[in-house]
Amino acid sequence: MERTVGTDIRRPEGPDKVSGRAVFVADLATPGAWFGGTVRSDVPRGELLGVDLDPAFDWDRVRLAGPAEVPGANVVAMINEDMPVLAEREVRHVGQPLLLVAAPDAETLGAALAAARPRIAPLPAVLDMEDAPDVLHEILIEKGDAPSALARAARIIEGTYRTDTQEQMYIEPQGVIAWPPDASGCTVVRGSMQCPFYVHKSLVTMLGTRADAVRVIQVETGGGFGGKEDYPSVLACHAVLLARAAGVPVRMIYDRHEDLAVTPKRHPSRVRHRTSVADDGTLLAMDIDVLLDGGAYTTLSPVVLSRACIHAAGAYRCDHVRIRGRVVRTDHVPYGAFRGFGAPQVCFAVERQMDRIAGALALHPAELRRKNMLRVGDTTATGQRLETSVGSVEVMERVLARSRFDRHAWRSAGVAREPHDSQGARKRTGVGFSFFFHGAGFTGSGEELLKARVRVELDQGGRAVVETASTEFGQGTIAMFTALAADALGAAPEDIRIAAADTSRVPNSGPTVASRTCMVVGGCVMKACAELRARMSAASGDESGPFADRARAFLAGGGDGLAEVVYASPPGLVWDEEHYRGDAYPAYGWAADVAEVEVDLDTFEVRVTRFLSTVDVGKAIQPQLVEGQIEGGSLQAIGFAHLEVVTTEGGRFLQDRMATCIIPGTLDTPPIEVELVEVPFPHGPAGAKGVGELPMDGGAPAVASAIEDALGIHVDHIPATPERLLDAWLRAHPEEAL
Amino acid sequence: MSPAATVSSPRTLAGALDALVGATEATLILAGGTDLMVEFQTGRTRPGHVVDVWRVDELRGIRAEPAGLRIGALTTCTELRASALAQEHADILVIAADEVGAEQIQARATIGGNLGTASPAADLTPVLFALEAEVRLVSKAGARSLPVTEFLTGYRKTARRPEELIESILVPTRAPGERRGFRKVGTRRAQSISKVVVAVAVTALDGVIRTLRASAGSVAERTILLPSLERELAGKAPDAAALDRAARRAATADCAPIDDVRSTARYRREVLRRILRTLLAELLLDET
Repeated sequence: MERTVGTDIRRPEGPDKVSGRAVFVADLATPGAWFGGTVRSDVPRGELLGVDLDPAFDWDRVRLAGPAEVPGANVVAMINEDMPVLAEREVRHVGQPLLLVAAPDAETLGAALAAARPRIAPLPAVLDMEDAPDVLHEILIEKGDAPSALARAARIIEGTYRTDTQEQMYIEPQGVIAWPPDASGCTVVRGSMQCPFYVHKSLVTMLGTRADAVRVIQVETGGGFGGKEDYPSVLACHAVLLARAAGVPVRMIYDRHEDLAVTPKRHPSRVRHRTSVADDGTLLAMDIDVLLDGGAYTTLSPVVLSRACIHAAGAYRCDHVRIRGRVVRTDHVPYGAFRGFGAPQVCFAVERQMDRIAGALALHPAELRRKNMLRVGDTTATGQRLETSVGSVEVMERVLARSRFDRHAWRSAGVAREPHDSQGARKRTGVGFSFFFHGAGFTGSGEELLKARVRVELDQGGRAVVETASTEFGQGTIAMFTALAADALGAAPEDIRIAAADTSRVPNSGPTVASRTCMVVGGCVMKACAELRARMSAASGDESGPFADRARAFLAGGGDGLAEVVYASPPGLVWDEEHYRGDAYPAYGWAADVAEVEVDLDTFEVRVTRFLSTVDVGKAIQPQLVEGQIEGGSLQAIGFAHLEVVTTEGGRFLQDRMATCIIPGTLDTPPIEVELVEVPFPHGPAGAKGVGELPMDGGAPAVASAIEDALGIHVDHIPATPERLLDAWLRAHPEEAL
Repeated sequence: MSPAATVSSPRTLAGALDALVGATEATLILAGGTDLMVEFQTGRTRPGHVVDVWRVDELRGIRAEPAGLRIGALTTCTELRASALAQEHADILVIAADEVGAEQIQARATIGGNLGTASPAADLTPVLFALEAEVRLVSKAGARSLPVTEFLTGYRKTARRPEELIESILVPTRAPGERRGFRKVGTRRAQSISKVVVAVAVTALDGVIRTLRASAGSVAERTILLPSLERELAGKAPDAAALDRAARRAATADCAPIDDVRSTARYRREVLRRILRTLLAELLLDET
């Protein structure tokens, strides 16, 4: 019975956040703590000869930690162990950590950092991914025989699409505090993070110690968007080295400038499409080449590439598909996780390619999608047969009904527009569309390998305590788990407490990533609660009265108040990791977006004037939170499309302050009209699938499509800045150039 | 801020001028701090001796004088936006003040500071150029006034001597029938720094242009005048094509934009031409 699921409860952590009482890492009182800082490389590649310490500074005032102070392995353990905690000889990117400094106050730290000068013999750097010889990871997906189908194709439509990097711009910069080992030898770290067990793993490796000698505790976290998936491991390793060197707690809390300069951002991409298509628009064969810039080290790049490749053919049916993906090593700051995790890049490419096909065949973009969209019974590029919870038709038809986009005479580049002159209208309008899906949960056998564990325990006060490693960082994990647990127990939200994500107390339910927290971990929470409820019910046979009273009575009667659940994938899923064949995800979220834009013909500034999104999430556990996820994700996608510029020069990010690293403000935000569709997923909690990443995927191609409609120029490279649009416009209208 | 900095915080104009006796190029004057605090934070400017004039109330206030509108150097963007006098006599200055930064920045950012830091991207300065404003400088040795166009001498350089303080700005009385326009192109729709900013003031009689002063920011090392426009258009009754020719001339001959973190030289030049053309057409061809 659903009482709390599907209604909007008050977020348990909300009042503290809006009143300013919430304690973020920078607010943690740490008497006697020192301040940690980092001496970094200022070149993209070179040989580190040493770090000169200016004798004018009194180095006795500070403590230093270099590679020699690493007790275990000098690696930040992630997927591959190729990234050192501190560089030894080889320098691979601007901002690479070389030496750590702890000082009793910020002023002394600043003076020490200014007095430490790295000596690096520069080497030629690889800064263009097209030229990068070193492949970090490759993936090949083959369905049917795309090369043969293309070889005999009557018509091949080609397109090359590019996306630049994007900064997460979480509200709170990265930060951790580390304590020196306590009397029992245990090292404690508290910090802003998404994945406490990732940090735990990297510390155990770096310290060369036992799992129970490291304790990682997430504190209130001001946003993540993927940016706090991997980097907190780096920062925690640094803080721990300094705490050991200084013998006191060490605070390493980046200011915004340092955060923007050195932390991972979205992978830049270049995607090529070659598509064979019949006269009526039916997709006959797709050949897709995906290239990502991984930056200097592996970090999470193979998994980002995996998600990119699986989503590269879009939400379309096609018998012959070949997807070749590569992520290459360059001497850029390592790129990492950002909401969507490779999918926004390839979704941009395939949706623009669909528009290009529509233009070439003079078909309406909506009609082309209708003809080719995946429906129940179809198979994806990996050969996954879609059996259930496929909201594709509903999301497309509903967004078209609301927007009437299918009656809008969308114009591809090259189609003549009404004449314009200097006395005519100085603005053009356009409308664009996108249709897309996003796999929920880890890819393929990821969940089987991880075996997420969740515990629910009745405490002495009769409350049910939900223990997981899944973190709240603004997205609503606490309210969502509270609602699921309350319904599964037959309790009220007040009867539920969500335990802090402390690796010494909670089981490993896996990282808080990949749109898996609700569908995978939430499902385990419900199962554990259902088990407790069954035990309580069997003991008393009575479910009347307040839950807390019944829980106390159950415990007093000797009942076992602890339930633990290990995740089991839905039956029948088959995945071949070697050939990338089979059931890539247990379920997919589906969505369609419509964007309306106005473009200024003097300045080529783009204003998104209206944005519609219809989304199938299976079941909205907390509808207001789900709508918030879709609004926020859509806005990040709109920023990705036309506003958020992050460029590099010599391996350095040029926009390394909030004054220059622009994200949309209120006036750049259109009304976002969200509509939820619920096509339940039988194996998800209350029918829920994922929602976190999905809304990041479709906004950029929809906006780009609208700009193309407005201006009649191809928009194949985002962000579609005014500078890029002006250049393209003047190529199309050379008579207007100065 | 480095602990080596010394700060004096006078409460009166006389006290401020005393504090500036013996000042050098390294002496920094702090008003609202919206520029200087960022300079300190980024390390681009090292604080040595700082004279904090924020509490010198004699430098505040907007009043009408026979020659025009006298605006105290410490007048903030928020005060400009709220001033009926400013709205009446210096309408495009109010529009420009409204587009500076966020509300919090507007509450601290002063007109004297906007002029005094001499940023090429300053939003108020092009308006002061177009309106032929004068700046009044005071020191223990006396006072002097000079046109703002002469006050700015280069990239973040002004004619202010180290012992001098910007006391006020005079915006001359509006010429009868003068029409004005302002346009800022930033990196987003609010809270942004200009990629291109222009201000124009024009008088015409029976369709014939008598005076035309235009100024632009973010297209050279400092705020500049665009003399080509007046040269090409004064004494004429231009049509759209003539306006376009003049705008093209100004965008090619009068400015020297660069590529930087916010935009490109090409964009700045092309867009300067396009927004000038549109602005002039709105002011002169009765287009809405």
